[in-house]
Amino acid sequence: MQATSDRFVDNVRKALDNDILQQALGNVRVNFIEKRSQAVAGLPEFEDLREAGRILRDRVLADLDTHLLAFEAKVQAQGGHVHWCADAESARQTVLKICREAGARRVTKGKTMIGEEIGINDFLEANDIEPIETDLGEYIIQLRHEPPSHLIAPAVHVTQQQVEETFRRVHRDLDPKRDLREPSSLLAEARAKLRQRFLTADVGITGANFLVAETGSSVIVTNEGNGDLTQTLPRVHIALASIDKVVPTLDDLTLLLRLLARSATGQEMSVYTTLSTGPRRGDDHDGPGAYHVVILDNGRSKMVGTEKQDLLRCIRCGACLNHCPIYHAVGGHAYGWVYAGPIGAALTPALIGLEHAADLPNASTLCGRCEAVCPMKIPLPNILRHWREEEFQRGLTPPTVRRGLGLWAFVARHPRFYRLVAGLGARLLSGMAGSRGRLRSLPLAGGWTAVRDLPAPSGRTFHALYRQRRSGGGGKAGGGAA
Amino acid sequence: MPQSASARPGNQTPETVTPRVALFVTCLVDLFRPSIGFAAIKLLEQAGCEVHVPDAQTCCGQPGYNSGDSANAAIIARQVVESFESYDYVVAPSGSCAGMISRHYPDLLSGDKDYAERARRLAAKTYELTQFLVDVRKLSALDVKLDRRVTYHDSCSSLREMGVKAQPRKLLAAVEGVAFSELPDGDSCCGFGGTFCVKYPDISDRMVEEKTGNIAKTGADLLLAGDLGCLLNMAGKLKRQGSKIESRHVAEVLAGMLDEPAIGEERREGER
Repeated sequence: MQATSDRFVDNVRKALDNDILQQALGNVRVNFIEKRSQAVAGLPEFEDLREAGRILRDRVLADLDTHLLAFEAKVQAQGGHVHWCADAESARQTVLKICREAGARRVTKGKTMIGEEIGINDFLEANDIEPIETDLGEYIIQLRHEPPSHLIAPAVHVTQQQVEETFRRVHRDLDPKRDLREPSSLLAEARAKLRQRFLTADVGITGANFLVAETGSSVIVTNEGNGDLTQTLPRVHIALASIDKVVPTLDDLTLLLRLLARSATGQEMSVYTTLSTGPRRGDDHDGPGAYHVVILDNGRSKMVGTEKQDLLRCIRCGACLNHCPIYHAVGGHAYGWVYAGPIGAALTPALIGLEHAADLPNASTLCGRCEAVCPMKIPLPNILRHWREEEFQRGLTPPTVRRGLGLWAFVARHPRFYRLVAGLGARLLSGMAGSRGRLRSLPLAGGWTAVRDLPAPSGRTFHALYRQRRSGGGGKAGGGAA
Repeated sequence: MPQSASARPGNQTPETVTPRVALFVTCLVDLFRPSIGFAAIKLLEQAGCEVHVPDAQTCCGQPGYNSGDSANAAIIARQVVESFESYDYVVAPSGSCAGMISRHYPDLLSGDKDYAERARRLAAKTYELTQFLVDVRKLSALDVKLDRRVTYHDSCSSLREMGVKAQPRKLLAAVEGVAFSELPDGDSCCGFGGTFCVKYPDISDRMVEEKTGNIAKTGADLLLAGDLGCLLNMAGKLKRQGSKIESRHVAEVLAGMLDEPAIGEERREGER
């Protein structure tokens, strides 16, 4: 997927000016937050589970190669194949090769963020293989030629009315006078369209929420059942995963599952949790004839052992997006690549290069709400801060910001000079504001006064007044008499 | 009982000792609103503390720290450690600056063998003002009165870094005449975020608009908070919108020091 993260500021302006998007985003703020909060309140040990989850993921990351190799051995022992792919191109070629060998013309797809990361749909189309998204949200945005804007609700930026318009535009064979006003009728139409496709697909591609080393299984959680049809009906199943998805045992899996749905949608469990273990065996009633797991690195292994490693604990629940005031304001597409919200701002620079995503770590107030709700306790604000530090060291910080910081640092490091500057500043701003008490515009502070007034200082600094009162009144602080 | 730098809440009883408290004024209070500093001193003295204002203080270092300039932030952090470590407690009328000292200094100076331990000790005795008054000094009675409907904005640093939520509400409940309305969606950031608000004014604007909308819903005519950064942002937006709602730091109300016009309000002649 072509990144536009380097045009973040333009993307933001467009998003803020898009009334339909703003209307759609209103739902995120209300629905997800309330549902998660109720689910968490209903599970007294939720905080303990978070801590256990963090410990588990850290333990896996400390021995990542061992767990991945154990997973591979188990998959192979059951007749499946594991493909190690260092980058997106290698993953695309691997998928294409499997499809070609299967003589595939049509591919159904369950939801996969790795698929987005490697741009698999465009690539397959360019190679005359038709990819069909089967998750309702993914299906909608595929028809609209848009990338997902949310980890678990890819079409959250689309309003119901837009879905209706899209279906009428694309499903030309259906009666133009049909009634699509109810969400249920939209769902029924998508289901009918997709049902035919499931039966005629040659290959099914899914993501993997987890890979279980103990059993060699790939695990998906869905609410629509589309993933199950995608991975059991076609002749070949390809699971796309990244190296951070592995967990050692089924017990470990259950711990993460208890956290995942509650954090994501506020459900105790997703409607379907499906483990795929190898190809169809002799006495199986259904299942694919071939089972492939494509495991992508794409820069992740370089994060191990750095202050970015904690990002690899992420289980892609989307809670950080749902609670992020920046995401609420601008939605997912403004981030300009596959991953949005706080996890996107922290992960994107690692995967596409900090120089291509320099705004993302800065566009945050570091309010900490993401970390507070993250089921894996990822210290997102600290990681964003690390990126800012790296930008500063690599000279990616804009020159005006750098100069401002240099000036600030000089003043703050010299208390006497600071007193002088603060005293002058207080008088100057107070004088400019006059009796009005606030400024409507101020040179060099246009970012502030463009959208709000600047309350003016009262005229003298605290330290000047304090010294005056002390020398007049004597005693200790003496402020009580002020 | 001797006073020591390692004093912890609970180790002392407020009745028997007079702790030496260093006030970290904060640069915003110094520059924009000295009345908050004097209100903090009054409250701390009311709570039985001996208040000192170390002379060498400037800023906590947060602008540099949050903008990637850790080297300068660390120099400033060391300055603060040196100026404040000899007191029993450090108190700031700001969850943000208190959070910087108590949550981030230990990280920032962790690799500095001369300062790492000192930063940890300083962090452990640093408090946000209302947190210190309630949790450490057990202040509960106030001799002030205010017939206003107020609402309270929890700053992100107070709420999530310092764990301050109940304390300001407890103290406000002790002010005679105050009617309190909770702010809807109170966990949300106001859009200040230090340099964020001038780097990304479009996003900041949307956030503060959302916030002032929620403030208006409470029916309060006075907005209170414990952080001047958030207050400058919210008051600046309220005034730009032509709102009649006034904004003040909670310390001004608790100390009964309301002579200064509210934040961003007009001054009468001769007040400057």
